[in-house]
Amino acid sequence: MIKVIVVGNGMVGYKFCEKFIAKSGQEKFQITVFGEEPRRAYDRVHLSEYFAGKSADDLSMSTSAWYEENNIILNTSELVLKIDRVNKTIVTHLEKSYKYDYLVLATGSSAFVPPIPGVEKEGVFVYRTIEDLDAIMAYAKKIKQNGATEAAVLGGGLLGLEAAKAVRDLGLNPHVVEFAPRLMPRQLDKGASDMLQSKIEELHIGIHLNKATQYIDGENSIKGMMFANDELLKVDMLVISAGIKPRDELARVSGLVVGERGGVLVNNTMQTSDPFIYAIGEVALYNQMIYGLVAPGYEMADVAAEQILGGDKAMRETIDMSTQLKLIGVEVASFGDPFIENDDVVAIVFENKFSGIYKRINVTKDGKTLLGGILVGDSSDYNGLFQIYSNAMALPPNPEDLILGSRGGEGSTMGSAMDLPDTAVICSCENVTKGSICCAITDGSCETLSDVVKLTKATSGCGGCKPMVVDLVKAAQKSIGKEIKESICEHFHFTRQELFDIVKINKYTNYYEVIDHHGSGDGCEVCKPVVASIFSSIYNDTANKHVTTQDTNDRFLANIQRNGTYSVVPRVAAGEITPEKLIVIGQVAQQFNLYTKITGAQRVDLFGAHVSDLPEIWRILIENGFESGHAYGKSLRAVKSCVGNAWCRYGMDDSTTFAIELENRYKGIRSPHKLKGGVSACIRECAEARGKDFGVIAVEGGWNLYICGNGGANPKHAVLLAEQIDKETVFKYMDRFLMYYIRTAGPLVRTSTWLEKLDGGLDYLKEVIIHDRIGICEALEAEMASLIGTFECEWKQVLEKPRLMKRFSHFVNSDDKDDNIEYVPLRDQKMPKPW
Amino acid sequence: MENLINEYQSVAIEDVKVWFKAGTLKDFPSNRGGCIKYKNKQIAVFNFERRNEWYACQNACPHKMEMVLSRGMTGSADGVPKIACPMHKKTFSLVDGSNLNGEEYSIATYPVKVVDEEVFVGFLE
Repeated sequence: MIKVIVVGNGMVGYKFCEKFIAKSGQEKFQITVFGEEPRRAYDRVHLSEYFAGKSADDLSMSTSAWYEENNIILNTSELVLKIDRVNKTIVTHLEKSYKYDYLVLATGSSAFVPPIPGVEKEGVFVYRTIEDLDAIMAYAKKIKQNGATEAAVLGGGLLGLEAAKAVRDLGLNPHVVEFAPRLMPRQLDKGASDMLQSKIEELHIGIHLNKATQYIDGENSIKGMMFANDELLKVDMLVISAGIKPRDELARVSGLVVGERGGVLVNNTMQTSDPFIYAIGEVALYNQMIYGLVAPGYEMADVAAEQILGGDKAMRETIDMSTQLKLIGVEVASFGDPFIENDDVVAIVFENKFSGIYKRINVTKDGKTLLGGILVGDSSDYNGLFQIYSNAMALPPNPEDLILGSRGGEGSTMGSAMDLPDTAVICSCENVTKGSICCAITDGSCETLSDVVKLTKATSGCGGCKPMVVDLVKAAQKSIGKEIKESICEHFHFTRQELFDIVKINKYTNYYEVIDHHGSGDGCEVCKPVVASIFSSIYNDTANKHVTTQDTNDRFLANIQRNGTYSVVPRVAAGEITPEKLIVIGQVAQQFNLYTKITGAQRVDLFGAHVSDLPEIWRILIENGFESGHAYGKSLRAVKSCVGNAWCRYGMDDSTTFAIELENRYKGIRSPHKLKGGVSACIRECAEARGKDFGVIAVEGGWNLYICGNGGANPKHAVLLAEQIDKETVFKYMDRFLMYYIRTAGPLVRTSTWLEKLDGGLDYLKEVIIHDRIGICEALEAEMASLIGTFECEWKQVLEKPRLMKRFSHFVNSDDKDDNIEYVPLRDQKMPKPW
Repeated sequence: MENLINEYQSVAIEDVKVWFKAGTLKDFPSNRGGCIKYKNKQIAVFNFERRNEWYACQNACPHKMEMVLSRGMTGSADGVPKIACPMHKKTFSLVDGSNLNGEEYSIATYPVKVVDEEVFVGFLE
């Protein structure tokens, strides 16, 4: 039995174990891991999410069962003090000693604390471990009770900005203090830093550049920071995030060679000066550099594992430091050499201060090679640019198209993922190449995307490469003649579009007819709602007609919330409401003890209704003139509006009236995904119409119609479909657009994704719904016309038919309510007790 | 919460000591669930008409401990009848309660019998 000891239980130490286990096969090894922290290895990259409510367990890299299954002994809370290299043993602070054959140092780094007088004062923290975060949270709470509001973060790098967001989330005003003249000085140039700075300042985070701190002011606890120009920044807390310092103490006391400025010296096989000891991650000094990113650490883990197992894999000569991330909600990316400036290089810069976008690419003078670049505000081009850079691919004739987008046509300037060479690294966290992804499909070892993910681990790190992996898998499937069908589920080998036609042509009205004739099995939670939605789209059936196959929210005509209660949203078209109706909503909320909140779409949401109270709540609302707001349905939720020229001194047209008309026109219509709209009376865009599936903005001479935007996880601005058109034309184009989307989109596909996947893109869509190129406009309008005007309030139907009310009792055999529901107080209202 | 979930243990038909009358046929919707109260327990009962079978399981979702499984959607996966939780669409076998998404937690299932239009669920006590 060969003994491998891993000192350090961070992300890289964990990755070493994972790689080692995967490679070791049948050979007999015993891995023992030592970590000084009291818990399993966790994802430090996403540490800030701990503030946002994630638990330490959520951040864990694996389960304790994983260690057991793989026969790895994990000793937490045990610090290794010394290595006896002659006898090949280590000694821990518990005075225990352990033998090893190979030792792997993965001790990482600690926060670098600059030698500023007063850093030892109370209220000064570093930002590194879960314990640090706990201490920061406790201190923030304490000083806030004494009225403190200001806190500083020392360091304007990646981690410093993360820390600033964390400080803001704790309810304090953060000030970022940076010694260099710009933010993220290692990744960004002046222009990019300026753009980032203005975006961050909009979030009320103070930025102080060019500031050397003389000393920390205050008696025992921090009261301020004194800068070199004798300017005092008053703060009651300071989080230091000014860089990292390799944890090389153990290596030093054990006589291993370390660098002048710290770090354990390693060669390209990750061996230290002792051939039986390896060092990986942020403690390793490779090529005179400490690499503070997780991807190089993972690669080092891979190399060390391979070496110990007798392989000959070595570390690459140059390590890529490209990064893409979202900082405080701002997209930032840098790749290759972002700064390079000499006579042979041209920097192409695109800057749009209005939308906060800065892009720079560095291209050789002959326009043939991409050397590096920076993206701030919009990093959607990152994946493509990074591939072009790292594979030294040919650039388009006008390299500026790479960051400006091809003006005019809709085709991508990046080309397709299939143009990449097989050696192109697609997933840099797991170092998976295009070749290995495609091969997995073409050699038959994998059939589906999830098979490929399981086999190669691609996308399992940061996930940034997912769209590209999906494209590659599809292309590889196609290349071996495999029919790529986006079938709905195991019960139907059809797409939603095909099923739509099947239902329409055969005039089916019952789910079981459809599955018996065209599917197999008993159906499931995926295909049932799809068919129910198709019935609704064709016949405008309300959700009451297909109760058994409706998705949960449609079934109870309300949104199920965290504790199994429901929320209720009456329709308030365009957000316009009378005082009388507002009072009714308030009274209902009082009577049923509901939590009340105004939604982002200008509606009132009433939370915490027991399923059995829903009919009575709706009886009162309907008696007072309300109707269902369909907040639970994949259907039109709301059309948001600004106040328009009725009141606003800038308004160019009556947006409220228009929004009411649009909302009433499309209310109740079922669609593949939920739909939202907005109408703004001027380009100031108070209704945020361009963040919606359809948006209308008043301009000189009519209305501009935008389509296919959305909020959500991947926000997309809507794109311009038609300019300066009148209301009637808006309705006409909208009818055609919505119906075309309803007929052709996959289940739960948003309008934005639908347009992205539409062959020919926006230009093609314009051809179809404006110029009627394929001659279907009349049919689309007719289909929509049959839906408009057949609206029925689903809740009214329920209340009129006692038979339909039955589904709203919690028990079949008792009138009791669910006694499992518990609440805790929240700012004069209540919320469900945490899980 | 742990206590709550420990109250639910699968019952094999041969071990049933008490057949509790949950209601009559018409009390339960077809191909959907209904929740019954038995002592301090909540049990979801499914008239899976399409398969001509009845199933019963704990009403608590084992993931977040909310009493909601009776409001889930029935279906099948590779021929195994299942229930999808309405909260996060985790799916469980109605036959043995196993988690069909491969996660650790599963649900307790109970035998059901129908005699002369009356529906009974079997318990140990």
